[in-house]
Amino acid sequence: MTQRVEAVNDFVVKFANVNGSGSASANELFAKAILRMGVPVSPRNIFPSNIQGLPTWYEVRVSEAGWLGRRGGVDLMVAMNPQTWKQDVAEVEPGGYLFYDSTRPLPESAFRKDITVIGMPVTAICNATYEDSRQRQLFKNIMVLGALSALMDIDASVIEKLFSDQYRGKEKLLESNVRALHAGREFARDHLSPPRGPGLGLRVRRAEAVGDRIFVDGNSAAALGCVYGGATVCAWYPITPSSSVAEAFQKYCEKFRVNPETGEHRYAIVQAEDEIASIGMVTGAGWNGARAFTATSGPGVSLMTEFIGLAYFAEIPVTIINVQRGGPSTGMPTRTQQADILACAYASHGDTKHVLLFPQDPAECFDFAATSLDLADRLQTPVFLMTDLDIGMNQRLAQPLAWSDERRYDRGKVMTADELEAGKEFARYKDVDGDGIPWRTLPGTHASKGAYFTRGTTRDPYARYSEAGADYIYNVQRLLKKFATAATLVPAPVVRNAEQKTRLGVLYFGSTAPAMDEALHTLAGQHVHLDAMRLRAFPFPASVAEFIAAHEQVFVVEQNRDGQMRRLLVDELEIDPKRLPPVLHYDGTPITARFITQAITERVLALAVSPKGTTQGERA
Amino acid sequence: MTYITKPKLHHPSLERNAVGYTRRDYEGKVSTLCAGCGHDSVSAAIVQAAWELDIAPHRVAKLSGIGCSSKTPDYFLGASHGFNTVHGRMPSVLTGANLANRELLYLGVSGDGDSASIGLGQFAHSMRRGVRMVYIVENNGVYGLTKGQFSATADRGSTSKKGVPNPDAPVDMVAMALQLGATYVARSFSGDKAQMVPLIKGAITHGGAAFIDIISPCVTFNNHLGSTRSYDYVREHNEAVSRIDFIDPAPEQIAEPAPGESIDLPQPDGSTLRLRKLHAGYDPTDRARAMEYLMAQQAKGEIVSGLLYVDPDAGDLHQALKTSARPLNALGEAELCPGTAALAKLNAGLR
Repeated sequence: MTQRVEAVNDFVVKFANVNGSGSASANELFAKAILRMGVPVSPRNIFPSNIQGLPTWYEVRVSEAGWLGRRGGVDLMVAMNPQTWKQDVAEVEPGGYLFYDSTRPLPESAFRKDITVIGMPVTAICNATYEDSRQRQLFKNIMVLGALSALMDIDASVIEKLFSDQYRGKEKLLESNVRALHAGREFARDHLSPPRGPGLGLRVRRAEAVGDRIFVDGNSAAALGCVYGGATVCAWYPITPSSSVAEAFQKYCEKFRVNPETGEHRYAIVQAEDEIASIGMVTGAGWNGARAFTATSGPGVSLMTEFIGLAYFAEIPVTIINVQRGGPSTGMPTRTQQADILACAYASHGDTKHVLLFPQDPAECFDFAATSLDLADRLQTPVFLMTDLDIGMNQRLAQPLAWSDERRYDRGKVMTADELEAGKEFARYKDVDGDGIPWRTLPGTHASKGAYFTRGTTRDPYARYSEAGADYIYNVQRLLKKFATAATLVPAPVVRNAEQKTRLGVLYFGSTAPAMDEALHTLAGQHVHLDAMRLRAFPFPASVAEFIAAHEQVFVVEQNRDGQMRRLLVDELEIDPKRLPPVLHYDGTPITARFITQAITERVLALAVSPKGTTQGERA
Repeated sequence: MTYITKPKLHHPSLERNAVGYTRRDYEGKVSTLCAGCGHDSVSAAIVQAAWELDIAPHRVAKLSGIGCSSKTPDYFLGASHGFNTVHGRMPSVLTGANLANRELLYLGVSGDGDSASIGLGQFAHSMRRGVRMVYIVENNGVYGLTKGQFSATADRGSTSKKGVPNPDAPVDMVAMALQLGATYVARSFSGDKAQMVPLIKGAITHGGAAFIDIISPCVTFNNHLGSTRSYDYVREHNEAVSRIDFIDPAPEQIAEPAPGESIDLPQPDGSTLRLRKLHAGYDPTDRARAMEYLMAQQAKGEIVSGLLYVDPDAGDLHQALKTSARPLNALGEAELCPGTAALAKLNAGLR
């Protein structure tokens, strides 16, 4: 018999459910209960593009050490979906556990010998307890939660407190949930725990490892960042996984931006007819001096590209939140990827380049959303906030959202009526400050000065139509200079050096960060030492090229097939591709620490065993 | 050519309006369109309407898409900010601009290629949202800038310059605007300045989405025999439902009209629009009847013009969104940022 997995505060539980069955809220309660015990958790929803009846999973990483990425592997599978039974059973680690509804007996061949099976006749219990079919379904989830909480030593009082928060003022609901919870707990104690049952080797013990961190999804945090950052116009079109950005923006605006006396709104949200109209509205609002943004995903960005080129060339502040999903085409709308890097960096026809920010978690989604509004105004150009489904739609433990009341919006170079009146020269597309960023005026500013005609066609520095080659070159070269200025303004990369000097480095960004944290720790334990740089923006600040130059081999870890960030590094920094071995994860699920650890270990071993004298062998 | 600058000196005796501007102050660069192009007459009508209404030129934002018509905002209101956007997408940019600052007057100029084909969706949605604007389509039934292809408003059977008949049914933007909820719908003819100017003035003073379809013949590609958008054809088939006699901010000066002959419509700025009926029984405030009349006349091959529909009490998108009276682009940190105390509470709620 394989040895049973025995673990305290460090394991992975996965719930296999049918979507639309009410499992989501019970699963969330499970994660939150552990969090309230002071133990960090990191849940991930793996859901279908469907409303009812298809498989959905909820994977919870429990880690007192604080690893918030996916580890890989499952220690306990709560298999409540017959459709996916086989694959769910197969996924359990040897020595792990399978919890299932044993109302209908299953043949022995349905199980594995190397795992512990915990059967609870949940349906039978619920059918005996409840008359109403809806109650039978809903309380099934709560009974399972009760049983698991008893098996894992999760305090009932913690869950009761969560219920009372959730059902405040709905006493009847509160009471029936508490009853179902305890029914589940009692059953587990009487029938599933030793001596009568197999018991569970996974335990939760109270700890103090959560601190003052918050538990929030990236889309809500980004929306709140837009509120704090002063966005007043939001135009959007529904698309998974970004829709909840606009919906959260609406919710927070209703809370913070409605005048209680007059009912006036200090914001305008338009659900547009498509993404083209969304970005058009954002462009119009940005041109007219309001901070504006849209939230979308890959297919939306594809539709927006003509406008993105206009905003780049006409120099209009635009903020685009791209919550990336699996492409190309409709691809995997409910799965995660970092596969729009190149599409966004070079969006539109002609020579274009755009500013991209890569937040690692909800706290940075909040911060960078406000920053992108500042950067868009400062640089008068489109700025992309590049999140993904993993960050956007999953609740993540993150540092508290941070703001300073001294913080002022950077509105950039907007010439005022007084400055125009005082005779300051206005030349819309002239580089007067040496940073490539020209001055602009807003419509309606001055009766006789500062008006100009905005166009996507070429013009001279005074915004007069011109097809002269010299005028065109002056303009596009100035845009390059402006892009170089952008590299000095965007969030700098974060470097973490290995405990000992190493010739190996690793570059990563965005939602890869938490899995990378754990992988680096594991690799160091195996004497594979890497200096790590987390990229936070494009264009790359000078420190990126310096980091690569200081290492012989720099792994680039990303969640797409083609190594898009690596290509951007090779193209923009003119780096020999051989020095940037790619580590690529792109099956639509969030990257795991085990995957990174294994890929890098294999690569390092391969480098080490290469015949001496070859460049590769020497570099290792 | 646009690089030919106009002389800056004005004749000192040029008449000034109530806000101190002469007609010249409402002009723009020299037009680069073909001599005799109907679009230039529309530009001239816009200049006259804005001057007569005493609108400070810099309080206008003029937006367009792509095409001959969309070039025209460079040729009028030179002291206004203009935005030549992308093909068919002027309505969305105008909507965003309008949301940012509700205090300016938004003038969208487009063509039938720009608005009836590539931009049909944006045209439709800006109408149904009730964006406060003057939306003018300079409609010639042809793509001029790409040299003579049929547009989506060209009548079925109308022939191209080379004699090829158009096989497709036309898009009638006036009928669409009526159906979509536009609150000021008119049609005019670039050869009839007396009709155009008051219609534009009425649109400017309107409180919601105002749409004017102006038949504006293309002298180069669509002014031949067999075309239903030529000067001759339109003159022969134009049938006005009414004449706007005047728009005056001082209604007390209006002489009482003979009953049944005219209709007075109050505008949101306090002025009054007086329509002299040319067709007994035509009620421009009845959307369904307007549609019915339009369809019946069209079946006879007539081009119905004039103010076809108006809702004098129309609201706009800002009203629907309850946006603050102060423009959104004028709000700062104090009005927009909830601050650290609120954030501390939010953080506490997320634990």
